[in-house]
Amino acid sequence: MKVRTETLLWLAQRLSAMVLVVGAIVHVSTNIYAVRGGLTAAEIIDRVHGSTAWLAFYLVFAAVAAIHGPLGLRTVLNEMTPVRGRAADLVALVLGVGILWLGWRAAFGLFG
Amino acid sequence: MSVVHPVATVANGGAPGSTGGDGTNHKLDVSIWRGGKNGRFVSYGITLRESQTVLDVVTYIQRHVDSTLSYRFSCRVGMCGSCAMTVNGVSRWTCRTHVSEVVKDGRLEIAPLSGLEVVKDLSVDMTGFFEKWTRAKGAFVPGPGPSRDFAVVSPDSPQRRKVDAAIECIGCGVCYAACDVVSWNDDYLGPAALNRAWTLYNDVRDAGNDKRLAAVAGNVGCLSCHSQQSCVKWCPKHLNPTASIAGLKRATVKAALAGRL
Repeated sequence: MKVRTETLLWLAQRLSAMVLVVGAIVHVSTNIYAVRGGLTAAEIIDRVHGSTAWLAFYLVFAAVAAIHGPLGLRTVLNEMTPVRGRAADLVALVLGVGILWLGWRAAFGLFG
Repeated sequence: MSVVHPVATVANGGAPGSTGGDGTNHKLDVSIWRGGKNGRFVSYGITLRESQTVLDVVTYIQRHVDSTLSYRFSCRVGMCGSCAMTVNGVSRWTCRTHVSEVVKDGRLEIAPLSGLEVVKDLSVDMTGFFEKWTRAKGAFVPGPGPSRDFAVVSPDSPQRRKVDAAIECIGCGVCYAACDVVSWNDDYLGPAALNRAWTLYNDVRDAGNDKRLAAVAGNVGCLSCHSQQSCVKWCPKHLNPTASIAGLKRATVKAALAGRL
């Protein structure tokens, strides 16, 4: 991979981490605050259904997770396993697309 | 006093009454790596003298016990960077490391530097280490025209201060041997070469930074550093290669965003 692309991917992982930290704090603290008598699908749907703000939040949250996690896995594969180079790129790409698809599908599904 | 060796008992040759510094004689069990990559540790029993360095111990064994022992040293005063070895599991410059600082239960285990090919006994081939300095564009690149006057670089300028903080590297290879990334990625340039590149990056007279940044970015360069700071912990000159590498990370990102990589 070209040095410039590699450097920009490195930057993308750092920037996505910054957003992910904020997103994870909002996501987890909301769960802790909002849970009343157990975590139920009905309660979650009641909170986020039709909410543009929550839709925007989870679209961004899923997107940065889809960037950060696979890039980290790609580094681990390259450094620690025989799966390197193009093979590691492919694994990261598939994982990233998968996380994005599942995350956005869930976000749009809850929005309604 | 006597020296106990696996194959021979040899007269120490030290002055009677040699001590470990507190008025008593201390026996030292020294295990030294012998052979090449597939060698083994061999034990030597000697008497510890006052203020003895690890290099003194190795030299004593080579001169009085087993003259076939191979090791490398030159200045003996911490300037040349020739005598680095692995002492009780840690990379160190042996000429400035007193035995009393590192001895554990009367034992010293001395091995060649890790991460480099063993030539014989305690001597390693430093070729790969210095080739990486070349790959990191660790040589000064002059500008296109002949300089007509001395370059005036203020000692207080920010760039000169960054150079000052990193320039005293003696090329001993201690940081390289201590680096985990080096241990799992043969192509990784390593802290010393990247530290060198950082000093040149901040040299206002140098004209080779675009190529240098391209050389030190990517999987084999600064972006692979995990910032675990083993290099900082063990550098005998108390330099901070991790900070130099962090500077290169910022510089490469800026260059990538500006389309200069």
